[in-house]
Amino acid sequence: MKKAIHYINQFFAGIGGEELADHKPEIREGLVGPSLALNSVLEAEVTHTIICGDNFMGSNTDEAVSTILGFLEDKEFDIFIAGPAFQAGRYGVACGTIAKAVKERFNVPVLTSMNVENPGVEMFKKDMYIFIGGKSAAKLRDDVKVMANFANKLLKDQETGSAEDEGFFPRGIRAQVWLENGPIASRRGVDMLIKKLNDEEYISELPIPKLDRVEIARPIEDLSKANIALVTTGGIVPVNNPDRIQSASATRWGRYDISNDDRLEAGVYKTIHAGFDPAAADADPNVIMPVDAMKAYLKEGKFGKLHKYFYSTVGTGTTQAEAVRMGKEIVEKLREDNVDGVIMTAT
Amino acid sequence: MCNLIPVATTVGANKIVPTISIPYPLGDPQTPKEVQWKLRYHRVGVALDSLTADIKEQTVFRTKI
Repeated sequence: MKKAIHYINQFFAGIGGEELADHKPEIREGLVGPSLALNSVLEAEVTHTIICGDNFMGSNTDEAVSTILGFLEDKEFDIFIAGPAFQAGRYGVACGTIAKAVKERFNVPVLTSMNVENPGVEMFKKDMYIFIGGKSAAKLRDDVKVMANFANKLLKDQETGSAEDEGFFPRGIRAQVWLENGPIASRRGVDMLIKKLNDEEYISELPIPKLDRVEIARPIEDLSKANIALVTTGGIVPVNNPDRIQSASATRWGRYDISNDDRLEAGVYKTIHAGFDPAAADADPNVIMPVDAMKAYLKEGKFGKLHKYFYSTVGTGTTQAEAVRMGKEIVEKLREDNVDGVIMTAT
Repeated sequence: MCNLIPVATTVGANKIVPTISIPYPLGDPQTPKEVQWKLRYHRVGVALDSLTADIKEQTVFRTKI
């Protein structure tokens, strides 16, 4: 039988409420509190329950996470389930924090459940399955059941449905599905268009995630002193692709030193982007990453400094969640190097 | 700098400088090298100038070449 490990807080373990929220992490064999309900509907054995005080997880996050990962090091488990956390904010954040760490370390599916108002939803919904839960523990059995139904599918390698069908918060991942019957895509597309032209309601099959507007950056006052960096989603990399950036659905990015190059030479750089014909960019990588034009403007003194690295990843099939993460990682590096402005080229 | 202006607009890029295609945003290989260079030099210049522009809303900058 497959094995599961369950994470709960001090309150649901029956240890105590707020006054005991500093409770250090512990692991117990077998079932504690909500684990009983989980074990009864899960087609796996809940072998251990991990308990941690919400405040301890919140205030001593590194210690709590490393202690718990230590507990798990010698355990065999196929799935990790945290909560449900309902509307309890710190509990929700704790569930998200530990589930994310467990997923990264042990590469097992992680699931949790929270109410829509729980701040843990916004923080972690892209990292894991967070099921849409009730407001309070009165919904414990229902919430556990929804999670367990989905977990059972994962455990049996069965096909899973969309976020809407399964009841978790959309994660910003698009999946293609094969319809067994019904009109073909072109027909559905035309039907939608006709409805749109008639101002009738229709449901898009390609929903665009809610707009996530970025504040307009302050203009650079003196370009002649500014440090400018180049970034691209066009997949320009050294020909051996040292960072093994994927040609589609990228999760990695790289940065490459151009301080001694007047241009990007063919045969030294190429594109690994799988979303378009690479011939033009392979013959002259500057058509995507215009190092030659930037160096010309630099020599003319139009701007102060060209940042020594250009940054690159691949934009095709890349999920919004991954793109946001990579963007944040790159921005952090650019800030460390006091970059004032960025020119980003897309393909 | 991108070719798919509607996508850039939808996803919320604030300063957008158009390029000429997806596979070769800044230089058509069917044209002579000097023509490609002129186009690339011009559009990168527009992008550099756009960094100094004090805009109040999403803006697509105009290019001449």
